[in-house]
Order: sequence, then C-alpha cells, then structure tokens
Amino acid sequence: MEEKPIVAFRNVSFSYQNEAGENVPVLEQLNLEIHPGTYVAILGHNGSGKSTMAKLMNALLLPSEGHVLVNGCDTRELPRLAEIRRTVGMVFQNPDNQIVGTTVEDDVAFGLENLGLEPREMRKRIDQALQAVQMQGYEKRQPHRLSGGQKQRIAIAGIIAMHPSVIILDEATAMLDPQGRQEVCALVRRLNREEGVTVINITHFPEEALDAHRVVVMKQGAVYMDGSPAEVFAQVERLQEAGLDVPYAVRLRHDLAKEGVVLPSLLHQEELVVELCKLLLKT
Amino acid sequence: MNFVQNVAIGQYVPGDSFVHRLDPRSKLLFVVFFALLVFLANNPLTYAILLLFLAIAVAASQIPASFLVNGLKPVWFILLFTVLLHLLMTKGGTVLFRWGWLSIEEEGVRQAIYVSLRLGLLVLGGSLLTLTTSPIDLTDGMERLFSPLKRVGVPVHEIALMLSIALRFIPTLLEETDKIMKAQMARGADLETGHMLKRAKNIIPVVIPLFISAFRRAEELALAMEARGYRGGEGRTRLRQLAFSWRDGVLAGLAVVMVLLLGWWRS
Repeated sequence: MEEKPIVAFRNVSFSYQNEAGENVPVLEQLNLEIHPGTYVAILGHNGSGKSTMAKLMNALLLPSEGHVLVNGCDTRELPRLAEIRRTVGMVFQNPDNQIVGTTVEDDVAFGLENLGLEPREMRKRIDQALQAVQMQGYEKRQPHRLSGGQKQRIAIAGIIAMHPSVIILDEATAMLDPQGRQEVCALVRRLNREEGVTVINITHFPEEALDAHRVVVMKQGAVYMDGSPAEVFAQVERLQEAGLDVPYAVRLRHDLAKEGVVLPSLLHQEELVVELCKLLLKT
Repeated sequence: MNFVQNVAIGQYVPGDSFVHRLDPRSKLLFVVFFALLVFLANNPLTYAILLLFLAIAVAASQIPASFLVNGLKPVWFILLFTVLLHLLMTKGGTVLFRWGWLSIEEEGVRQAIYVSLRLGLLVLGGSLLTLTTSPIDLTDGMERLFSPLKRVGVPVHEIALMLSIALRFIPTLLEETDKIMKAQMARGADLETGHMLKRAKNIIPVVIPLFISAFRRAEELALAMEARGYRGGEGRTRLRQLAFSWRDGVLAGLAVVMVLLLGWWRS
C-alpha cells in the first residue's frame, strides 16, 4: 500500500522512571506504520510495551525519543491535541472505569459534549452509535446494570459517536467473559469492514488476531514479528518464544505436522475439523 | 448480605407529576425562597397558609406520605428536644402547669408549636425537592444556578462534574464493597459481631482495599476522559438542556401570592 499511514511510529523510544529513579526502557527504536482501513492486531506478553504503544497513539503519553504521527500530526504538537484525540478513539480494559455518565446516553454524549456539538446533532449521533453497537433502547439505563460486554459496547459507542478514523482497543476484552469477548470482537470486525474504521486491537488473546489483516507481535519493546495472520501463526516456535499462546487449531496442525500428518495451512478451528474429517474419510 | 439492591441513591422517587416536571432550577430556588417564607410566618394564619401550600405541593407530587414522614426521621430528636426546651424555658402569659420549680407557661406552648412547625416545614420542603428531582437533575440545576460564580473563580463546572461522577460511581463502589466483604468473610473475617469499637476495627480490611481500588479507578477514569477529549468546561456543550415551562410560571405565580398573603397577614 502506498497510502499515507494513519498512524506512524518513527524511531520511538519510551522509558519511565521507577521508584528507585532508574530509567526503565519500555519501547526501543520502534518503527511501525499503520494504514487506513486495516485491522491490525498487536500481540504481546505482559511488559512487551503494547499498552504504552496505545497511549502514545492518543497522546496520553509522549515518546522519550522519536515521533508518533497521527494522520500526519506529531503528537507533541499541543495545539492539535484535540484533533488527534478526535482521530484516534481509545477503548480501555476495564469497562467500569471508562464510563463517565450516569445513564447510557449521557455516557455516549460525554465525548460529543467535549467536542462542543449542538444537542440536536448529539442526539442524532447517539442514536446512530447505539444502533451501530446494537444497544438501541438502552438510552436511559444505568451503566452498572449492564453486563461487561454491554458496558464495553457502550464505551465503543461513546468512541464511534465522535467519528474517529482509528479505534484502539487496549486489552478491551481482557476483563470480559467469552460471550462478551465475542460480542466486542464481532462489533469491531463489522466496524472495520462496513465503516472502514482502522482498528488496532491490542490483546494477549491470539484468537482475536485470526481475523485481522495484519498481526504485529511485540517482544521487549520491539517489533518481533509482523505479517498476515497466516504468516505469523505459521511460526509456532517463535510465537511461543515470545511467551504467547498459539490458537488451538494452529497448534494442533503444527504438532500433527511434526508427527508426519500434513494438513493445508489453516487458522480456524472449524477449518481444522473439516480437514480432519476429510483425512478420516480418505484413510 | 447483598446490600447493593437495597441502597437507594438519594431518595428520588421517579414519577411524572407536576412537581417532578418542574425545572430543577425553579425547584431549587423555590425551596430556598420557601425557607425564607417560613421565617416570616409568626401567627396561626400565616402558618396555616404555609401548611396548606405544602399539602397542595405534596398532593401534586403524588409522593406517598410515608416517604415524607421518613424524611422527618433524622430530625425527630432535634424536634423533640427543641419542643421540650421551649415548653420549659420560655416564660410569659398564664401559667398552665406547675410542679416544683418546673412550670409550663402559655408563651412556651406557643413557641414550641411554632418552632416545631418551622422545622417540620423546612425539612418537608427539602424532602419534597429531593424526592421529586433525580440527583443528576439536581447537580445540573445547581451547576446552571451557580454558573455566574464562575466569573469570581468558583470552579462550578468542575464541582458539578465531580458530583455527577460520584453519583455514577456509588453503585459501582457499593458492588465492590460487597465483593470485598464477601472475600474477607470467606477468609474468616468477622464483620458482624462484637461491640462497636471491635466492629469498626474489623472493617479496616474492607476499607483499605476499597480505597486502593477507588484510587486506581479514578486514575483510569481520568485517562479515559482525557482520551475522549475532555479539556475542562471551556467550549463544552451539554446534551441535557434545561427549559422552563408553564409549570415554572405557575410556581413563580404561587411564590408571589404567598409573599403577598404572608406580608398581609403576619403580625
């Protein structure tokens, strides 16, 4: 793709000081470009620097060295902060700690109020956003009465109402039950496919990376692997070295190959089942 | 043991009555005004007017009387105490009762009745406000009413936002308290027996984790708010718009009538 990247890291280093006053490096000389309209999954073990990356992209943190560019603007440029935060929306891990409003509609409105929109326009966007996350009819509900997956969908509605070009999910599914995780994953896939929103899903669940266009694996503050899910998941040993789990279907195919049973390249469990059945019928 | 369900925030009773649908600003202003009027009353007729008005307001609010009586609970003791003090200490007029050095005189009875009426009217008026206005509408109303104070440097918007966030997090923190209490009880903590001091001491293992988590929540929330473009009250619009209606006009009219009546009949 020769398009201009929507988010770019240029030689970015980031370190913080611990209690003892020592510099702890988190990211080192990171270079990464993310193109508009793609669905990128960033995988990494705890401490690989992936959450720091999310905060750098929204100017919640500034790099110690190098530059982070959002839509061509440097995140260091203070006057363009509002623009950057409107371009890049962020969904955090804990659904309870990112909901500001006392009712669902108040919460979705929070970002819009910050943008200074007219109440009528807000109302329109709230309706659209709630429809997009399939939570219409919940406008007057209190957030604490909703399930984890529903809360996270409300948080996403609050972000998409601001019409961002990029949505970053910073471990947004980590605290959800399997059903909530599925709801959220299906939603972001749809947003990416139908609305053309760039999605950056930062996660430690490899399964969530299967549907991405591109998978970036982080290890110790640097890009360790980068490619399509098929390319990345083909290298089971390297992934395990980065401390990452490998999706079950991928692992089983890999282990079978070692035993001499070679199956075509695949990622999903359903595909595996189909291939195994075919194999069973042949023998 | 799960007390999350039994805790009502504030004492708001949802409804759709005339009083519920008044603008929170006019309700707030009126309650202050009503409190001033209560101090103007000084004879049976004027008190009767105020009582009549309150009765009409209660009727119009469709709030069951039991809720209002509940509102008086916390002031029961003060009420009793002031009545007793006035009965025994205020002298004047004919002596109605004498026992040793104790005596109850006419003026004392009058004052006791007036003061308890005054206190009752104030508390009931206030309760009616909180019973018919949701906490979020109250904060909204207060924010608008106090917004002129911004010019002298009072952080009105910030205070209102703090209040509304507090309201938002009360159920969350209650749920968490419940969880921590259960977790500590599962580990053998005894939170329910013993005398007061011991129980207060036993609650420490609940309070400390709660505080730590509240601070962590606050930090994360601040980050999330910033990420959603929060920059303070400057240039911010609101989804909730307050608008005066004919109901507020009626209330203002009533206020004028009450001033006139009280001014006329007070002695």
